[in-house]
Amino acid sequence: METISAEIFTLTYGSMVRQLIADYEDVEEVNKQLDKMGFSIGQRLIDEFLAKSKTQRCSDFREAAEKVAKVGFRMFLNTTAAVTNWNAEGTECSLILEDNPLTDFVELPEALSQLKYSNLLCGVIRGALEMVNMDVECTFVRDVLQGDDVYEMRLKLLSSSPETYPFKDDD
Amino acid sequence: MAMLSGWHRRMCEEDFKLMFGLFWSMRALATALDPKNPTKQQMGAPMRIGDGCSFNSFRTSSYKLHFLESPSGLKFVLTTDPSVGSMSEQLQYIYASLFVELVVKNPLYTPGEPFLFEPFSAALNKYMRTLGLLS
Repeated sequence: METISAEIFTLTYGSMVRQLIADYEDVEEVNKQLDKMGFSIGQRLIDEFLAKSKTQRCSDFREAAEKVAKVGFRMFLNTTAAVTNWNAEGTECSLILEDNPLTDFVELPEALSQLKYSNLLCGVIRGALEMVNMDVECTFVRDVLQGDDVYEMRLKLLSSSPETYPFKDDD
Repeated sequence: MAMLSGWHRRMCEEDFKLMFGLFWSMRALATALDPKNPTKQQMGAPMRIGDGCSFNSFRTSSYKLHFLESPSGLKFVLTTDPSVGSMSEQLQYIYASLFVELVVKNPLYTPGEPFLFEPFSAALNKYMRTLGLLS
C-alpha cells in the first residue's frame, strides 16, 4: 500500500480540526461534524479495506471488531487496537488504542476540554461497518488528551441484518 | 450497486434490476443446492453478507459471464468469449487496483451512483488489452 509521511497526515488532520473549530465555534458541533466526516470516509474506505485485505466475510460481530482493530488500524493508521471489555451478549466491546497517530503534537487548551479530537475515527468505523450491514454506535469514552491513560472507543452493535431484496416484485 | 461493463449494450434501469435479481437468485439457489452445507437452508431464506455460496460465472453458447461481488455489495460483471477460463483473480485486481484507486478515491464519485470517469475507463480498457480480451 501507498504510504505517506505520518507527520504530514497528523498535521493535516490537526489543521482540519482547527478549521472546524473556527467555522463552528461550538465544541459539540465540531464533535458532530468530525463524526459525520468520518462516516463518509468510512463508506468509501470499506472498499479499499475489503479489496486489499481480501476479506470475504466475518462470521459475527466479534470477528468484525477484531478485523477492524487488527487489520483496519494497521492498514490505515499503522497502529493496532486491543479489543476488550466484551459484554455478555457479545454486542458491545471496547477498542483500546495505546498509540494514536492523530494526536502526536496535540494538546487541548482549557476552553476545548470537551473536544473529542479523534472523533473522526468513530465515524469511520460506523460508516465502514454500515456498508457491510452492521449498524453500530461508536464513541470515545477515554481520551489521553483529556487526561486518561489510553484511548478507548466503545463500540456497540445496534443491529446486524441479513441482506434484503431491495425491489418489490411489481416495480 | 452494480457496475456493469456495458461495452456492447446500453443498460436501462429495468435491465439493472433484472440483472440484480439474477445474481440475487443465483446465490440463493446455489446456496440451497450446496451439498456441503449441513444446515440445508430453505431457498430464499435471508442470508448475511458473505454467507452461502458466491457464484463466479456462467457460460452460454455465445459468451461467458464472470461475476465478482464484494462484501460491501459491489458487483463486477464481465462478459467474454465462452472459451476464457476463470477470471476471478482478474476481477479482484480490477476491484482492488482500478476501482478502488480510480473510482472510490475520486471525489466526484458518490457511492451507489452511476459514474463515468475517463481515467478508470482508460485503465480498464488498457488492462483488458493486456489480458488479450480487447483488441
